[in-house]
Amino acid sequence: MALDKITTVQGTAVHVPGSDVDTDRIIPARFMKCVTFDGLGGYLFYDVRKHEDGSDKEHPLNNPRFKNATVLVAGSNFGCGSSREHAPQAIYRYGFRALIAESFAEIFFGNCTTLGIPCVVATGDDIKVLAAAVEADPALAVTVDVEQCRVFFGDQSFTVHVPDSARDSLISGRWDPIADLLESMDDVSARMQELGYSA
Amino acid sequence: MGNGKSLFEKVWDGHAVRELSNGQTQLIIGTHLIHEVTSPQAFGMLRDLGLKVRFPERTFATVDHIVPTDESKEPFSDPLADAMIRELRKNAEDFDITYFDLSTGKQGIVHVVGPEQGITQPGTTIACGDSHTATHGAFGAIAFGIGTTQVRDLLATQTMAMSKLKVRRINVDGQLPPGVYAKDVILHIIAQLGAKGGIGYAYEYGGEVVDNFTMEERMTVCNMSIEGGARAGYVNPDDTTFEYLKGRPYCPSGDAWDATVEKWRAFASDPDTVYDDVVNIRAEEVAPSVTWGISPDQGFSVNGTIPRPEEGETPAEQESIREALEYMKLTPGTPIKGTKIDVAFIGSCTNGRLSDFREVARFIKGRKVADGVKAIAVPGSQIVAKLCENEGIDQVFRDAGFDWRRAGCSMCLAMNPDKLIGDQLCASSSNRNFKGRQGSPTGRTILMSPLMVAAAAIKGEVSDAREVFELTACATA
Ligand code: SF4
Repeated sequence: MALDKITTVQGTAVHVPGSDVDTDRIIPARFMKCVTFDGLGGYLFYDVRKHEDGSDKEHPLNNPRFKNATVLVAGSNFGCGSSREHAPQAIYRYGFRALIAESFAEIFFGNCTTLGIPCVVATGDDIKVLAAAVEADPALAVTVDVEQCRVFFGDQSFTVHVPDSARDSLISGRWDPIADLLESMDDVSARMQELGYSA
Repeated sequence: MGNGKSLFEKVWDGHAVRELSNGQTQLIIGTHLIHEVTSPQAFGMLRDLGLKVRFPERTFATVDHIVPTDESKEPFSDPLADAMIRELRKNAEDFDITYFDLSTGKQGIVHVVGPEQGITQPGTTIACGDSHTATHGAFGAIAFGIGTTQVRDLLATQTMAMSKLKVRRINVDGQLPPGVYAKDVILHIIAQLGAKGGIGYAYEYGGEVVDNFTMEERMTVCNMSIEGGARAGYVNPDDTTFEYLKGRPYCPSGDAWDATVEKWRAFASDPDTVYDDVVNIRAEEVAPSVTWGISPDQGFSVNGTIPRPEEGETPAEQESIREALEYMKLTPGTPIKGTKIDVAFIGSCTNGRLSDFREVARFIKGRKVADGVKAIAVPGSQIVAKLCENEGIDQVFRDAGFDWRRAGCSMCLAMNPDKLIGDQLCASSSNRNFKGRQGSPTGRTILMSPLMVAAAAIKGEVSDAREVFELTACATA
């Protein structure tokens, strides 16, 4: 099963400030009553984006200037809290293809990698510079280079950190473990029998 | 000395297929349990990839999370819940998976159903898209809660990528005082070791007290391993385990039984196992426990005094006490006993089994729930409900003023109509006291044993069950 090799993500960016943004905030629990992840994009950050009557609050994602952004720029400990996969699914389905933050919560990071969403870690200072550049020019092209571990925008760039295992998985097109797991099904069948699980 | 292997290592080694390119292990999960909330998307992914369920006989399904407990006629009044239930039914049919549907008389909370059917067995690996899968460890199984993509991985391959855990042995020795239950033991352990204390570990529970526990008590303890931060928790299999399993539908019978028991027995940790860590707990120090905060480790004896933020050892801890008390609307420096409650909930995969209802029924006979308290009792499965009804336990609960409901998760996470309203305070036998957990964004939860919930329901306030029910052998802890 050939997956895309995710070496770079290019697009425009939006900055959602704040630290410790938890998965409940990313996708509130009540939207988990669904049989597919399909509609989740519309509920991304719902309670911080919408008033109770459904009208818009002030939020970067509600700002038309950043409408088609595909790179999400965030603060520290992004994605903490419950392990719900609904959170990275909502982010992906909203249209984001890469995340840049000061740090990510561990399970969230793993879930994103499995979905082929690169999460790269930058310093707070670099994020500030990027956020200011994007604020000044929302159409600014931003490139997240996973292979080189760098982010490029305008005539600037900075180094980001991507853990080796995630970087390798993404650039070799093996970010989803299913392909790896499916490789050894003969061994699995034999072991299932040995262990007495199957006849 | 020291060459022994723990049960965890034996089971892990037996189920490890190979090392994956990213350094994780491809691990066989022999038994896969699914429910309506975290599985439909996984079946969707499977279809998108054009894959089949590889070992359909090793996946078992039931509905629990969103099933209503006050109506039995389909379609249910919540169209979203109804759609999710229909979706599971369809997936089970399409992929030939055993499904304990509402009409089978065997439906219930997935962690109650597995053991009840004898699907949960020693020396096996089990996973479910639900963090309380550790419950099955009570049988000497290694059981993990997993995410939806991993549910897909299990459907497609019966394996998942996982990193090995360390093992912490927790000994509980001595004699539990009257009125002190398995729930108090696990709340005590979590309060001692903290909600993040178990990260990276599997917990092995043992010692005199655990050895003497029934299977249902062991399940209560293993269930809340996750609240202590541990990914799995287990008890070594012994005669108590085998006795419970004997004659259950999915267990071997006849000649095969004895051989199976010998095989199961051999999975127990060797006496000379060297653990990554050992913790010793004295049973005499365990009191009827309650939580006062918004994390399961924020708990203490029912006779405790609500902490003051200044008592926190670090600024972060002080801040978390402050946040918890503000949310819980509790006054620092006052006793928790006497705190008024609005709702009493007995049920969940922690404490929704026959023994839980039986024990409470012994004491509430002839008593009444206090005015203004809404009390509900929700059996963990249709079989639990039936066994209770056979013994007339349902009637005892009804006579006392409890609502006797149909099986499901109910107010444990409130994805069905059973929810707190506003800032109602609930005395609950469930396992999580997070903000908003019981369905209202400002609802409040105090975790405790079922008998303590009954005491609170009758008094209308947080109470010491030993006093309310005159368990006089011991006054206060
Ligand atoms: S009873 Fe509660 S904790 Fe247990 S499976 Fe249901 S929702 Fe999860």
